[in-house]
Amino acid sequence: MSQPLTQTAQASQTATTAPPPGRPMLREPYPTEVRPYKPGLAERLYLPLLGGMMVTLRHFMRNLFGRNKMYTIEYPEKRREYSHRFRGHHILTTRPDGSVRCVACYLCAQNCPAECIHIEAAEHPDVNIEKYPVVYEIDMLRCIFCGYCVDACPEEAIIMSNNYDMAYFTREQSIVGKSDLMKPYTFDESRLGYRPLFPEEDVKRAKMRRDAFNLVDAARQAQDREAAKVAAGH
Amino acid sequence: MSTLAPPPAETSTHSELDAVRAKFPAGSILPQEGLDQPTWIVSRDVLAAVAKELKENSATKFDMMLDLCGVDFPDREERFEAVYHLYSLPRAARLRLKVPLREDDAVIPSLIPVWKAADWFEREIYDMFGVKVDGHPNLRRILCHEAFQGHPLRKDYDPARRWILTEDKIYKPHFNLPEGQDDMFERMTINIGPSHPAMHGTFRLMAVLDGETIVASDVEIGYLHRCFEKMSETHTWQHVIPYTDRLNYCSAFINNVGYCKTVEKLLGVEVPPKAVWARTILSEFSRIMDHCVCNGTTLVDAGALTNFWYLFQPREEIYGLLESVCGSRLTVSACRIGGLIQDLPPDFEARSRKLLEIIPPFVEDTEKLVNKNRIWLDRSVGIAAISGEDAVNWGWTGPCLRASGVPYDVRKAHPYDLYDTLDWEVPVLFGGDVYDRFRIRMMEIRESLKIIKQLLDRGMPEGPWIVDDPHVALPPKEACYNEMEAMIYHFKLIMDGIRVPEGEIYNMVEGANGELGFYTISDGTGKPYRNHCRAPCFPIFSTFPSLINGGSLSDSIVSLGGLNIIAGELER
Repeated sequence: MSQPLTQTAQASQTATTAPPPGRPMLREPYPTEVRPYKPGLAERLYLPLLGGMMVTLRHFMRNLFGRNKMYTIEYPEKRREYSHRFRGHHILTTRPDGSVRCVACYLCAQNCPAECIHIEAAEHPDVNIEKYPVVYEIDMLRCIFCGYCVDACPEEAIIMSNNYDMAYFTREQSIVGKSDLMKPYTFDESRLGYRPLFPEEDVKRAKMRRDAFNLVDAARQAQDREAAKVAAGH
Repeated sequence: MSTLAPPPAETSTHSELDAVRAKFPAGSILPQEGLDQPTWIVSRDVLAAVAKELKENSATKFDMMLDLCGVDFPDREERFEAVYHLYSLPRAARLRLKVPLREDDAVIPSLIPVWKAADWFEREIYDMFGVKVDGHPNLRRILCHEAFQGHPLRKDYDPARRWILTEDKIYKPHFNLPEGQDDMFERMTINIGPSHPAMHGTFRLMAVLDGETIVASDVEIGYLHRCFEKMSETHTWQHVIPYTDRLNYCSAFINNVGYCKTVEKLLGVEVPPKAVWARTILSEFSRIMDHCVCNGTTLVDAGALTNFWYLFQPREEIYGLLESVCGSRLTVSACRIGGLIQDLPPDFEARSRKLLEIIPPFVEDTEKLVNKNRIWLDRSVGIAAISGEDAVNWGWTGPCLRASGVPYDVRKAHPYDLYDTLDWEVPVLFGGDVYDRFRIRMMEIRESLKIIKQLLDRGMPEGPWIVDDPHVALPPKEACYNEMEAMIYHFKLIMDGIRVPEGEIYNMVEGANGELGFYTISDGTGKPYRNHCRAPCFPIFSTFPSLINGGSLSDSIVSLGGLNIIAGELER
């Protein structure tokens, strides 16, 4: 009934150009008629149904006496646990003084395949920072949560949280502005999501997440150290 | 620079092709050298004869027409190019035919008499490029609405152009009623879909019924057409990856791999072993997931709801693994050109091993419930049966073809990644009906588990997860923050995209539904010049009306489920 239809290239000398050896060949002609499965006597008498009944009975008993092992998640009381890579609602990170870290370089808007990021830039009073966004809007209905904006950001100004329940009553509400993206709940460590391309393991990544919010402080301290070194040299 | 190396060119001589070429007038067939597969530029006048000869000549035996797509070169005098991809199953050989066409005389002969698969492909090239097909019985738009004006894949068509599509030019069904049976008095025409729970997506089925038997039927598709190919041309190479997620959304990861491998071949990039290892494992997990969804929903169509819960549980668990790798469950975007989105999580191996234990009990339970269950047997054995020969003629690939007795699998016939180093089988069945399609998917789940187990036993290779080449992959974030050079590369990659050298390539992987191919042309800029996806569903679904004719209406629903038609992939 089920004779092997494959044979190796060496065995088929009829083909004019044999493909590389070891590659399985298809034997011609192809089956021109179908050979459907033929049920046996037991199957025609519906006997295997009893086995099926046992399967459902087993599942029923397991669910009845082990309710905490059931697969159903009773949302929203219980929630599925996601990893720290989940691509959810975006976060605009802040400097230690609470201002937005973004320097309005437009890389995220450029890298967005859905073109859902809208930025309007203005001059920053601090000349070292140069620019900051007056308007930073993400259209959450257009957004496809691919994480490309996070990949693109050279300032670690946009990252993602693992917050996935976004519901809006109107389309206007779905365009989320700067203040919503900087909401303080996002600083909760357990709710952070996608922040890619760090070669470290996850433990170290978690530490780096914490450090990220203090990057400016760290830079200042480094500057001070350099200055102290120069002073000591003199 | 290693990234600028040209793609590996086909160098071996093809005497059998030369013999066929000698039979035709000199100058009508010109071979094109230096491409990834043998390519002929064929004059339109001899195309039909060449196709017939290629199929029937015992030395060439190109028995399958894989793909037909158009390309537009507005600067050339012969503006359009119809590109055929042919495949010879017994020889595992490929051939590409290019037919140049002038704009004022853009007509190709229909190849339906040679390969039935040509039917819908020819409608697509008419829809997308306005290339007319001589001798086609039903030459109408297929993906766009009937009231749509213009041809969207022409280069001069503005991608932002919008149309108001009204109902007065709605698709009129094309029924092939048997001779003498066109008396519609005793018959009833019924419409199912496009939004109907039994249609698994947005298909519209119109059937002429005699009692409960379908006499003639027609399908309309295009409700989920998202201009994947046109949008590819307006985005950079990296930006196409999220689009590929939405092709076959049940196994999004395989689409990612298929697209990224195509671009990597064009670039000449060597993917690190760790990424190849993870891609193989996650592809197989995605295949399991896809088969679970297909079999689960097919059984629901036949009324067996319990299996749906049993088969969806492994799928949930696999989504959890994918989410821990890339941060998303359904639309994963987990591949990048040159590797993966980020490093694998530390518990990747442990989680995968746990999955290997979780999946088999659910599969076994499903098989116990239905495999020998007469209720399911009566609904599936002999339903929508197709022989291997017909399936090949219609251009079928994947599990549906293997259920008809033709063991063609890209992973065996043209091994990529790690498949040739693993011990696994291509399951084959000979029924060609819904029951055997169901069973073959169950067998393939077991083979996939075997593959994953072997890979996990080998252990995760050490090293980076993405190629260390700033022309292809974004530099590490640390370097980007601290080094000027990395910062510049970062900006260049995002603003301009990857510079893929000029060339064209057809590359395929085994998708969950069959051969998933990408025919991609690069003109050296940061965006694809043309990116065509050979969707395995497309030729399979074109067979659907002829499969269900003569059967009952309720069987047509089960057979649709058994074919695993994914609208996202079918309509792109």
